[in-house]
Amino acid sequence: MKVILSGNEAVARGCYEYGLHFAAAYPGTPSTEILENISKYPEIYSEWTPNEKVAFEVGMGATFQGARALVAQKHVGLNVAADPFMSMSLIGAPGGFIVVSADDPGMHSSQNEQDNRYYAKFAGYPCLEPSDSQEAKDFVGIGLNMGITYDVPILFRMTTRVCHSKTVVETRERKEYEIKGFNRDPKKYVVLPAHGRVLHPMAVKRLKNLQKLSETIEINRIEKGKSGIGVITSGISYQYVKEVVPEASVLKLGMSYPLPIQKIKDFASTVDRVFVVEELEPFIEEQIKAQGVECEGKKYWTNVGEFSPEQVEKGFIEAGVLHKKTKKIQREEVINRPPIFCPGCPHRGLYYTLRKLKAVVTTDIGCYTLGVLPPLGAGDTCVEMGASIGVGVGMARAKGDGKNIVATIGDSTFLHSGMTGLLNAVNNKSDITIVIADNSITAMTGGQQHPGTGKTLMGEETRKVDLVEICKALGVKNVRKVDTYDLEETKRVLKEEMQSGELSVVITTRPCALFPPEIRKKILNKPFKVDLDKCTGCHICLQVSCPAITEIDQKTDKGLTKVHIDPSLCTGCSVCAQVCPVDAIIQTD
Amino acid sequence: MNKGKDVLIVGVGGQGVLLASEILSSVALEAGYDAKKSEVHGMAQRGGVVSSHVRFGEKVFSPLIPEGEADVILSFESAESLRWVHFVKPDGVIIVNDYRLIPPIASLKGFDYPPDPLAKVKDRVRNVKSVDALEIANKLGNPRMVNTILLGTLSTSIDIPVKIWEKIIQERVPKGTEELNLKAFAAGREM
Repeated sequence: MKVILSGNEAVARGCYEYGLHFAAAYPGTPSTEILENISKYPEIYSEWTPNEKVAFEVGMGATFQGARALVAQKHVGLNVAADPFMSMSLIGAPGGFIVVSADDPGMHSSQNEQDNRYYAKFAGYPCLEPSDSQEAKDFVGIGLNMGITYDVPILFRMTTRVCHSKTVVETRERKEYEIKGFNRDPKKYVVLPAHGRVLHPMAVKRLKNLQKLSETIEINRIEKGKSGIGVITSGISYQYVKEVVPEASVLKLGMSYPLPIQKIKDFASTVDRVFVVEELEPFIEEQIKAQGVECEGKKYWTNVGEFSPEQVEKGFIEAGVLHKKTKKIQREEVINRPPIFCPGCPHRGLYYTLRKLKAVVTTDIGCYTLGVLPPLGAGDTCVEMGASIGVGVGMARAKGDGKNIVATIGDSTFLHSGMTGLLNAVNNKSDITIVIADNSITAMTGGQQHPGTGKTLMGEETRKVDLVEICKALGVKNVRKVDTYDLEETKRVLKEEMQSGELSVVITTRPCALFPPEIRKKILNKPFKVDLDKCTGCHICLQVSCPAITEIDQKTDKGLTKVHIDPSLCTGCSVCAQVCPVDAIIQTD
Repeated sequence: MNKGKDVLIVGVGGQGVLLASEILSSVALEAGYDAKKSEVHGMAQRGGVVSSHVRFGEKVFSPLIPEGEADVILSFESAESLRWVHFVKPDGVIIVNDYRLIPPIASLKGFDYPPDPLAKVKDRVRNVKSVDALEIANKLGNPRMVNTILLGTLSTSIDIPVKIWEKIIQERVPKGTEELNLKAFAAGREM
């Protein structure tokens, strides 16, 4: 049957069709929907784990047992799982093991745009790069077969554009496979130095065999064109090349590591000029140049940001292959719409207060990172998942005390990698203030469960861990809760803790206003409205940065614009009403 | 089979741009075309700039429409039609929902919502259709019909039988609202 699927949905479909048994992940854009869609197939066991390292480890366990397994993460998630990722190379993957790395060129929703194909070379894994949803589905099957045949884990490298674009896919039925069971073999599965020394040369040999496979595998194919131009490309870049230079000969690399060097040399000999078009780093270009193949690549195409058809075209124009087109319609710059907290978001009161208290805020990865944007403007550092606590502790130590230093971290991020930072803060007697912005969901990625929500990915009830108990067990004496819808209380508690001279954890109590959808009904209060007779046009309410509040044409005597609250957006959180100096914002009846 | 089309659907997060592009790509697939759909939206769930590229034809490569090559732009919001105007072909069509969503940052110094975005679009493109979809939806008794009304207007610029549109719309809209949505679709076609 023909259906239209996103790359992520297609990977999930591939897992279903090719008999996958086990999948695990921590959510992260653009990879999240892979596990969300796998969980719709009851034939496959799937779970969210607290972080990517744990996902990788349970996935390894499953494949050691002989199961067909997959783990999925965003590019920076693979950094978290890098430790097992590197060592697993020596062990192999007897049941088949796909490691999805969903890279984010252009940083649509990430802190960097690292090119994770280098991880394949680093660890000696084969790298598969689908360029559309059909390939995303097919490559799951190819990857599992390759993994089982060569006893090797597969780096399955996707990018945001492939993950989130929907393209046509032909589906088939599922094929079942038996889980063969664990074959006890300490020399393989226990990577002691003595065993590792034996395993490493075997892994090197395996890579040589994979290189031979790369020469003949059908997903590394030549599409003969009519011009003397030859293009070597992979992933989404392939689609742009076909769009922009349809006459060119193309060597399309579905398997971009190890490279089919002989095939590349043969291809180069049939064309006048060889170009390498690849998004981000010159991964392919550098390797083939090292093999003595003359080619042009990053000379014309940047290693920064996401590609687009016009950018690929521009490179070919600079290279003299295409002629410059005259753009007929002129672009116009229009006011931007930067992301802001949703109406009713519990983070609003927190960051509004931290800004008022002039706190130095080491923040973390999640929706609440947006607290840094104006007009809220609270957030001084943000690096990677869990960094807020360690960075705050280090800053305080170097400064001499932790007064005024507040680390803010979400519940899911705290459980992901904040706990060890907190343990360190206790152990080394730090005196900073840590706020766990607990909205009881992994909100940023669209509302996924975590160990603090009481539900598993497959929808089962499970034990809900208690953040207060965790903090106390880690040794924090002073743990307090605060309702961020109450600005006065929030200010009082934070002010006290920021000056207390000892370590404290403040946990916010309001749930996300958006996820899960059923919670919305519970939090929805009567919306607020503006008494236009009282509104003085001071715009202090706009400082809380709520999408429900907008300026209107009506003006005060002094010519200042008044404001309006959209009743269909307002959740009744009351934060704007609390900051209005003239009580012009009132709840509707 | 007719020649395919490149359609850019734009608006603000929460307006229904993604559902509209889902419906269009399903319509194209049902009509027997190869189809691709790709969207760009920022981090926020609501209020950010959203654009969705839908391409269909005998064979589609790039999921993104190259700048200056869209046959049609459907904009759910006035200023957004201006933001994306350079994507349309000089002889292409722009359909604009005559509706303004002023972002909160417009209250800060240095950020102004364009006073008359539609006039600027009309300066550049000959074929501009402005629709007050909210007014039509209110007349039909349900402001949520804006989306389907705009799809109705869009369908007049796309050479795919109405029956296919109607079939997909009935499949995609919430149960119990099928009839009202078909009415809204028909009203949009008359614009």
